[in-house]
Amino acid sequence: MMDLSILLALLQDGVVSGAVYGLLALALVLVFAVTRVILIPVGELVSFTALTYAGLEDGQIPEALPLLLALGALAFLRGALQDRGRSLGSLALQTLVLPAAIAGCAVLIAPLHAGIAVQAGLAIAVVAPMAPLLYRIAFRPLPEASVLVKLIAAVGVHLALTGLGLLCFGPEGARGPAFSDAVLTLGPMILTGQAVWVIFCTTAAMAALWAFFRLSLAGAALRATAINRRGARLVGISPDRSGLLAFWLAGLIAGLSGVLIAPLTTVYYDGGFLIGLKGFVAAIIAGLGSYPLAIAAALVVGVVESLSAFWASDFKEVIVFSVIIPVLLWRSLRHCAVGEEE
Amino acid sequence: MLRRHTCILLACLLAAGTVAAQATPAQADTIKVGITFSATGPAASLGIAQRNSVALFPKQIAGQDVEYIVLDDGGDTSRAVANMRKLIDENNVDLIMGSTVTPASLAMLGVAAEKQVPMIATAASGALIAPMDAQRHWVFKTPQNDGLMADAIVQNMTKAGIKTVAFIGFSDAYGDGWLNEFTRATKAAGIEITTVEKYARPDTSVTGQVLKIMATAPQAVLVAGSGTPAALPQKTLRERGYKGPIYQTHGITNNEFLKVGGKDVEGTILPTGPILVADQLPDSNPVKAVALSYIHAYDAMYGAGTASPFGANAYDAMLLFKAAVPAALSHAKPGTAEFRSALRDGIEGLHGVVLDHGIATMSPTDHNGFDTSARVMVTIQNSTWKLLP
Repeated sequence: MMDLSILLALLQDGVVSGAVYGLLALALVLVFAVTRVILIPVGELVSFTALTYAGLEDGQIPEALPLLLALGALAFLRGALQDRGRSLGSLALQTLVLPAAIAGCAVLIAPLHAGIAVQAGLAIAVVAPMAPLLYRIAFRPLPEASVLVKLIAAVGVHLALTGLGLLCFGPEGARGPAFSDAVLTLGPMILTGQAVWVIFCTTAAMAALWAFFRLSLAGAALRATAINRRGARLVGISPDRSGLLAFWLAGLIAGLSGVLIAPLTTVYYDGGFLIGLKGFVAAIIAGLGSYPLAIAAALVVGVVESLSAFWASDFKEVIVFSVIIPVLLWRSLRHCAVGEEE
Repeated sequence: MLRRHTCILLACLLAAGTVAAQATPAQADTIKVGITFSATGPAASLGIAQRNSVALFPKQIAGQDVEYIVLDDGGDTSRAVANMRKLIDENNVDLIMGSTVTPASLAMLGVAAEKQVPMIATAASGALIAPMDAQRHWVFKTPQNDGLMADAIVQNMTKAGIKTVAFIGFSDAYGDGWLNEFTRATKAAGIEITTVEKYARPDTSVTGQVLKIMATAPQAVLVAGSGTPAALPQKTLRERGYKGPIYQTHGITNNEFLKVGGKDVEGTILPTGPILVADQLPDSNPVKAVALSYIHAYDAMYGAGTASPFGANAYDAMLLFKAAVPAALSHAKPGTAEFRSALRDGIEGLHGVVLDHGIATMSPTDHNGFDTSARVMVTIQNSTWKLLP
């Protein structure tokens, strides 16, 4: 029953899903390495961006704006309380002025139908800043807490965001416009334009991340914090600022994933969780430490998912999440636990 | 610092809760209806429509004040049961409505029998009321049985001369329920199911399943999903060049499905309650007037085009309740065990009540009461629902 064209189609499908999981795995690994937070709410950011992007196609003013502004105000209060009034100016700039500026732009641009590229950019701009705001609200107050406490905080943020998502976007799903409707035929393989775009954007984002980590000072600081928090602090790198930067990057990556996934499927306010969970499987396979390994694992997860959908669609999720078990066994035999050191 | 703030906040919340609890008037003669719908969680798009419909319920029935207490169970089984126990133990309700989803409603059956409170479920599965036993004695249900709808699809397929069909459905209770009914109906009609595929609501791709379906070359495909995710297999099938007719179930009947599906869902054939195409029904159909008045009332409150067949399931539960109240009142006072029992008997004895979804005639063995008047076949034309003759 399986012939070459089916196999190629399944592989292509797996690689496209895998690329998105890969992006999310990157965000998870990055945030965990720098802050020891397992960023479960990354899935919500994905679905919020996708829904915002789909809404912009109808010229809707993004429904996430009140959420962004409210998170900003909350982060401001939280920051002012924690720092007891120090450096209020820059805090206000980042938590009040920036979201307000984004909201202003969004209100102006949204009704214009400014084209897919602008809409995608705007959707990311509306949702991505939520990640650093969440960091300020929920994770910055717990810098020295154990991984477990941070995990519990992350679960709390995830649950809160799911509820707020229902409030903002409503229960219905939406589907964004495709970047390209082109269909290419390469021998036995049918290649959709959207698939090419997903792979292209993912590769570009990964290259940009690589360049950022290798070539910029901020990237080097992030790497230093990831390798050794205390050491980084001793040479004058603020782990707090690194954490903020890591969340910014995670927000941008999640936003990009949301825009890429929106034309592929119907996204719901709570749909991102499962997508994020598959990115998490890939990140776990990579031991929450290695970026290239995480991407490779994400591609494997995508292909396994696609193949099992063909052979045993009943057990697809079971198969995908079972992949993690042999890897965990192998890892626990080879390594000691990650995370509780310092 | 933080801890103190948290304490104050908690204290405020607790205080507010106590005040709210005390504010409930304890009038003896008021009929109390406890409602638990899934207004959040995976079935929110159905549950919100049902919760919104409660605002349209009459505040007085047969001269008696009626109080509706609405809780949200998030589609969660244990929360639905907890809600139900709370409504019965603390609020002493005379009737329970809900829940929106089948698993939660199934878990509530036992409580209804234990506390001897009649319950009208707004979830679809036939398992809620069949086989009739001591638990289900207390339980009624407004949505049509899946079996009724599956028979309608198979009839249509037989008429169209279809001999082979592929099935793709949700990997949950909805998909499984449909698979059972559809397998039974196709077996009786001599139609072969070429392959059975499953997918989950948040899946980003069903390419694998669709390729397998196409490899088995069926004459038609049935998609058993609900809401907008049911559009994904259909879009993928058309993308991959599948030309045969595609059938859907009545789980898709909201306008978002049309919007998300676009041109790929043109020509879809599905069974549904007559309310979906109420304005196209002949005037001789008694359902038309009832359904249109619900649609107008709902649209007037929540905006034009917002009424859905799912919300009408809740309204139908109220219509059943309303029809049974006068007789029950002549037996006993609200708030008593006798009243609840009389209410149950009254609902079971209802005959030819016109609802939004059809005409219901209850019996001790049939607690849904719908016959073929509760289903019509429709198709999608120019992104609108069209009644098929």
